[in-house]
Amino acid sequence: MNDSPLLQCNDVRKSFPKPDGAELLVLEGMNLELREGQIVGLLGRSGSGKSTLLRLIAGLSEPTAGRLRYMGQPISGPAPGIAMVFQSFALFPWLTVFENVALGLEAQRMPRADIRKRSLAAIDLIGLDGFESAYPRELSGGMRQRVGFARALVVHPNILLMDEPFSALDVLTAETLRTDFLDLWAEGRMPIKGVILVTHNIEEAVLMCDRILVFGSNPGRILSEIKVSLPQPRNRLDPSFRELVERIYVEMTARPLGGPSARQERFPGLGIGSVYPRVSSNLLAGLMEAVAAAPFNGKADLPEIASDLQMEIDELFPVAETLQMLRFAELEGGDLKLTEDGLAFAHAEVDERKRIFTRHLLNYVPLAAHIRRVLDERASHSARKSRFIDELEDFMNEEAADQTLRAVVSWGRYAEAFAYDDENAMFSLENPT
Amino acid sequence: MDRFAPYVFLRDLASRWDVLAFIVVIGLIAFLGETSRGLFAPLSQLEITPLSLDPRHLPEYAARTTFRMLAGLALSLVFTLTYATWAAKSERAGKLLVPILDILQSVPILGFISITVVFFMSLAPGRVLGAEFASIFAIFTSQAWNMAFSFYQSLRTIPVELSEASESFRLSPWMRFWQLEVPFGLPALIWNMMMSMSGGWFFVVASESISVGHTTVALPGVGSYIALAIQQKNLVAIGWAIATMLIVILLYDQLLFRPLVAWVDRFRVEQEPGVRVPDSWALTMMRRSRLIQGASVAFHAAVLWTSRVVKRTDEPLAAPPPPKRSLDLLWVSLAVAAVVLGLWHIVWVLIKNTPPREALEVCGLAMLTMLRVFILIALASLVWVPIGVWVGMRPRAAQIVQPIAQFMAAFPANLLFPIAVYGIVAWKLKPDIFLSPLMILGTQWYILFNVIAGASAIPAEMRYVAANFRVTGWLWWRKVALPAVLPFYVTGAITASGGSWNAAIVAELATWGNTQVEARGLGSYIAEATSAGDFHRIVLGIGTMSLFVVVINRLFWRPLYYYAERKYRLT
Repeated sequence: MNDSPLLQCNDVRKSFPKPDGAELLVLEGMNLELREGQIVGLLGRSGSGKSTLLRLIAGLSEPTAGRLRYMGQPISGPAPGIAMVFQSFALFPWLTVFENVALGLEAQRMPRADIRKRSLAAIDLIGLDGFESAYPRELSGGMRQRVGFARALVVHPNILLMDEPFSALDVLTAETLRTDFLDLWAEGRMPIKGVILVTHNIEEAVLMCDRILVFGSNPGRILSEIKVSLPQPRNRLDPSFRELVERIYVEMTARPLGGPSARQERFPGLGIGSVYPRVSSNLLAGLMEAVAAAPFNGKADLPEIASDLQMEIDELFPVAETLQMLRFAELEGGDLKLTEDGLAFAHAEVDERKRIFTRHLLNYVPLAAHIRRVLDERASHSARKSRFIDELEDFMNEEAADQTLRAVVSWGRYAEAFAYDDENAMFSLENPT
Repeated sequence: MDRFAPYVFLRDLASRWDVLAFIVVIGLIAFLGETSRGLFAPLSQLEITPLSLDPRHLPEYAARTTFRMLAGLALSLVFTLTYATWAAKSERAGKLLVPILDILQSVPILGFISITVVFFMSLAPGRVLGAEFASIFAIFTSQAWNMAFSFYQSLRTIPVELSEASESFRLSPWMRFWQLEVPFGLPALIWNMMMSMSGGWFFVVASESISVGHTTVALPGVGSYIALAIQQKNLVAIGWAIATMLIVILLYDQLLFRPLVAWVDRFRVEQEPGVRVPDSWALTMMRRSRLIQGASVAFHAAVLWTSRVVKRTDEPLAAPPPPKRSLDLLWVSLAVAAVVLGLWHIVWVLIKNTPPREALEVCGLAMLTMLRVFILIALASLVWVPIGVWVGMRPRAAQIVQPIAQFMAAFPANLLFPIAVYGIVAWKLKPDIFLSPLMILGTQWYILFNVIAGASAIPAEMRYVAANFRVTGWLWWRKVALPAVLPFYVTGAITASGGSWNAAIVAELATWGNTQVEARGLGSYIAEATSAGDFHRIVLGIGTMSLFVVVINRLFWRPLYYYAERKYRLT
């Protein structure tokens, strides 16, 4: 094995300018090393900047600060030895399977005969024989992603970048493709030396990677690094596999020591300045019901309930955290435990549910309480949306303010704490006639 | 916190949006009164107060022209809602109505004027009204067909679930029409209305200053103003006309189309989250103003009331009886008989009055014009496709370029007559070649619009693929950019080609004062026949042009379009 790493990131930082001149920080303090023979997983939720990092490595955008090196050379623009597989496959619909695969070689101006030989070899390797002259629209999702793989492998890259390559596929197809990929990798039949895999699926990361970097959000950064030394092929039902998955769940829901409390960490800002995710009251109620019911009876192990409800962490975490913020549940040690009110809510009828929800909304969501107070105090019992947006924008950017207000509107509507008319952008206390 | 303020109850009575709404409404009423005043005047009135090139009259002329265009648009809307609905609902009628629409679409718009003006003048003899009718009808013919087609398409593509839902709630056909079909077709329809308004300008000059044989009428309006300026070689007046057009286009864009586009956004069936909702101050005004809000509530109530009044079909939801074969046969044979009769009549009239040599000559002229159209489309594509791709990949540039291109598309070719005629006469250029660019003056922009739209629809991941595999230069154009914009380009080229045929009638015969420059072609043939009032030559020319356009569409553009759609459409 070679001593120098394939890829090195040192203190990489990426931010985007905002319209108001300030900068939006999406990645900070990224340190990463990829060595030959490794699959490194970048695990995190959407918005944690893992895809941004992948694009930096691919040379598709440039870091604001820090250094990225590929085989010792600084990365400036797309490097010849780095190829990428995309989540949405990104095949050209007007090119056949063969032409899609050959495209990367044509760009290198390789002789025709060589292009043909190498493309056919890649198509063969990935199990697409017989489909050379098919157009992407004739293929199933799984076959399309195989084309995506063949297209990346044909250029004989040293590093293969994979941006959630299995997440657009159904469960069965994704598993087949993963296994095929791991087999080829284990047998050393792919012309690649290292892999970086972006995913938000914990089990996928544990199944495939040698090392997992867990990403945190706001701004995106590496929370921890987990080494996976289980032998390949790995078995999802193996106790040590389960244990590792559990450990990562704990890691991803833990409160960082000495930092601000977890609640504030997840919903950055304080009081009225908190940023809320758009989670519908249906999802909140649904998760509370699921946790309250057997076999969980009020306390659920996150990996278990995730697989039970077939939810990715991307979907599950915001709901769980919103429950915690509303004090309907506690999130600790990879478990979700309903509070007394959470349990009461799960077992109550519609009207009682609304009463409980209203109480928690007005107590624990300062923005909701603020809107209600303004409406109560005004003679007209109405207020413009812009008024609250302006207040929010003192704390957060435009997009976050809009998202937060919409979240609170949907909760407020469910609780019947206030009404909102989108056409006039007006809050009011009255219900529509 | 809000302090108690004494003016609070005043604010409840009328918001500042109300004030704005009041001004706009009063302005509109004044506009209507002003423009309709002249309608019933006797024709001789036009001779007593001849058109003047004094720019002080331009606001009035602009109002009259806008009124005609809006009237044309309203007529087009009525036509669309009836004709397209009928064509979509009745299998039998559709078989006949859709091809008719297709042929109507290819009849040169200026041809409609030449043929119908006498009829319309006779409707209100001796009054301006008749000429107004003729003018509005001409504008209508430039606006209606694409709107009807778009609505027909929408009606045919209503999602099965929505249609089944309205069936299961047993909506009456009347309710179904207003609650499902019209809202569903609105977004596309409004887009086509905007295109129609732009297209209408092109024919404003011809439709306002009508001269067919001995009938010469110049209705007060921007179009006649331009015609007069050309006749009097007044460059300054041309400049004024251009400025007026710009202002009018800006005004109706802000007051009519922007609010419509923003409002119609709610009717889109597939709502993609995160897409920016179009915004319009005028719509905000209408929503915030209690005055207009009240009116709209009343209107809405009236619509609901009609749904109650129109009887609901209470028959059980049984499958409709299978259509009778015999009736079908009868219908088809009737249609065939009508077509044969019509054809025979036209052919008989034409053959009786045209020597075969003339027919051959007209075909030759049509070939010349066809050659011109194809070469011009090719040249315009060479210029605008790369530029369109470049602009489309840069959202900011697209935002700047789109409105400019929209204005340019409304630019009547006549406005460039001075330059063309000057240039050709001064340098002794060949009119056969150098008049041609006028044909594509207004229509080339459709290529640009569509290519921009196509390039901006290329998904980001696909661009990343190209960058990641370092696909650059000619390979990038060949494998990525050109295929991606092809379906859009073909759509644009079809519109541009149809428009150029239309424009040929104006563009192949350019006048500036007494100087006349002519390019040989079918367009100048029709233009000359029109000014001579030779009815049979007009019909022959227009018939030949329609035939050519239909055949070229069927044999060339349509197959190309389906091919591009099938192979290159990004889903």
